[in-house]
Amino acid sequence: MAEIVIKNLRKEFGAFTAVQSSSFTIRDGEFFMLLGPSGCGKTTTLRMIAGLELPTSGEIWLDGEEVSQKPASQRDIAFVFQMFALYPHMNVRRNISYPLVSQGMKRAQVKAKVAEVARILGIESILDKPVSGLSGGDRQRVALGRAIVRDPKAFMMDEPLGALDTEFREHMAEELRALHDRMKATTVYVTHDQLEAMQMGDKIVVMNHGVIEQFGTPQEIYDKPATLFVAEFIGSPPMNFLRFQGAVTAGQNQITLGEATHAVPVQHDAAHGPLVFGVRPEHIRLSDTAPYRGRTIAVEYLGTTQIVTLTTPHGDIKARISSSDPAPRPGDAVGLEFLAPTVTLFDQKTGRALRSALHGER
Amino acid sequence: MSGSITEPSSRQKTVAGTLVILYAIITILPLVWIMMTGFKTGPDSISYPPKVFFQPSLEGYVNLFTSRTRATPEQLATLPAPANFADELARDRGMIITGPSKFGERFLNSVIIGFGSTFLSIFLGTLAAYAFSRFKIPLKDDLLFFILSTRMMPPIAVAIPIFLMYRSLGLSDTHLGMILLYTAVNISLAVWLLKGFIDEIPREYEEAALIDGYSRFQAFVKVVLPQAATGIASTAIFCLIFAWNEYAFAVLLTSGTAQTAPPFIPTIIGVGGKDWPAVAAGATIFLLPIMIFTILLRKHLLRGITFGAVRK
Repeated sequence: MAEIVIKNLRKEFGAFTAVQSSSFTIRDGEFFMLLGPSGCGKTTTLRMIAGLELPTSGEIWLDGEEVSQKPASQRDIAFVFQMFALYPHMNVRRNISYPLVSQGMKRAQVKAKVAEVARILGIESILDKPVSGLSGGDRQRVALGRAIVRDPKAFMMDEPLGALDTEFREHMAEELRALHDRMKATTVYVTHDQLEAMQMGDKIVVMNHGVIEQFGTPQEIYDKPATLFVAEFIGSPPMNFLRFQGAVTAGQNQITLGEATHAVPVQHDAAHGPLVFGVRPEHIRLSDTAPYRGRTIAVEYLGTTQIVTLTTPHGDIKARISSSDPAPRPGDAVGLEFLAPTVTLFDQKTGRALRSALHGER
Repeated sequence: MSGSITEPSSRQKTVAGTLVILYAIITILPLVWIMMTGFKTGPDSISYPPKVFFQPSLEGYVNLFTSRTRATPEQLATLPAPANFADELARDRGMIITGPSKFGERFLNSVIIGFGSTFLSIFLGTLAAYAFSRFKIPLKDDLLFFILSTRMMPPIAVAIPIFLMYRSLGLSDTHLGMILLYTAVNISLAVWLLKGFIDEIPREYEEAALIDGYSRFQAFVKVVLPQAATGIASTAIFCLIFAWNEYAFAVLLTSGTAQTAPPFIPTIIGVGGKDWPAVAAGATIFLLPIMIFTILLRKHLLRGITFGAVRK
């Protein structure tokens, strides 16, 4: 197992820049998520780490060795493809043993290894079946088997659950995470599904248009979004944005929206012009006495919570309230309170969050 | 008309079936007639009205494979007893067998040139198709168009330049010359067909093999080739059919050592009168390999014709 260090990694396809100087470190044994919308460069980054694409510039350090120009076959990395890419002309056993055969491993040893992996994944009974007849889940397990059988330095997974149906996905996600916890293998996992990333990852890199927007733990990414993009991409429904013209100065701890004043975390930076007041739906309280008013448009009942959509002088927002709370009826005017310690202010011009007490002491 | 769109009515089926059977009879009848003629005696083969029922004879086949000379009854009487049925058959007709004919040799030439050029076309075609399918090649589309453009006129249109070129290069009437010629004609078909098949194979299979520690060439041989087997088989049939049946260039460029069966078979007519049974026997034997080959691979052939029509 190994640590992976990415330094200024860049990839251009002709005039199109897929990845713009990314740098981050994946620690040994980490379950690392590359998250972003399609076309953001996450898969290209993964393929560069694996050696399926060569970077235009930059360095990839794998286990203390610079490998960016080495062919995939010499990197000792396993890759799980979205469509599994099991060799269709081989049965399950031969698929799993194929990476071992390339190393010239002895037959008896290969057999023992395959048996061990099959036991871990619970696929002993299908070892001699052709891969064409397998269910999605079994294909997934065989693909995992082929990856773990040779104890590679790291695993690359390109949306491995993307081809499964929703119900089974949950189950496979748990299985994958359990497998990772057991093997403690460095894993880089590409997904466009923020829930999957939050649920499984130790660390998340959020990418957009080939640029890394934020790098951190799921909690950091959710609670302290670094950019408007991250705030909007993570969370369902996403963070609410109230856009306003104004100014903040360092040390300021409240902000005026329209006629109401709202407490915010103590600001570290100064900014002025078009700003954005960002608040998560679950950090909004409906209160009749609050001076900031909104009018209810719709209420969605979701079981344990309900989502109330409101219109305010600064745009539409969604609030998440408990199902046991009385919901307003569409058309009702309600007062809104925002939980001050969780509010993030953004500078709309740069799209970046303004640093505040939320990000720690200055 | 019954309700279903996909399931034809029984009347439609009857009409379709009748048409297919009619078409089959029209196309198969000449073949059957050739095969029958091969087993007729000389007089039976030209009798009028044509004989459908006849006493079968191997005369045509004996004549096809042997050279004979006419002998007087006195000469025949002095010979020892016939060694085999062919001798006996010849003597009954007042002939003695002097040796084997050239048909075996010519047939072998057809096999060498037909399969040789097919192998070469497929070998080169697969490599080229793989490169065109997978790698960034400068001017890729222009090159592909250039390869296709070699088939935009009938090959025989360049017969005279090729004839002159072959004469000065010493390739006339050689196996190598014919193999190269048929390969040159077939390669564009092979590249285009095979590129279509290889395009359909997801790259992930090779990438998985690269990740699993194999070189690109190993990945190509062990993963891509087995996947492309269907395409290779159907392309091979098309190439072989062309090379096997080709007549015009064979007449023009071969006369002796490298002569293939198609230009040889008509020459049988001139040896000792119009020997239709021998010609028919030659045609029958010539047809067999390609028939067997096609029947064995007919599933692939069908897929080759319709490939790309439906996404898997």
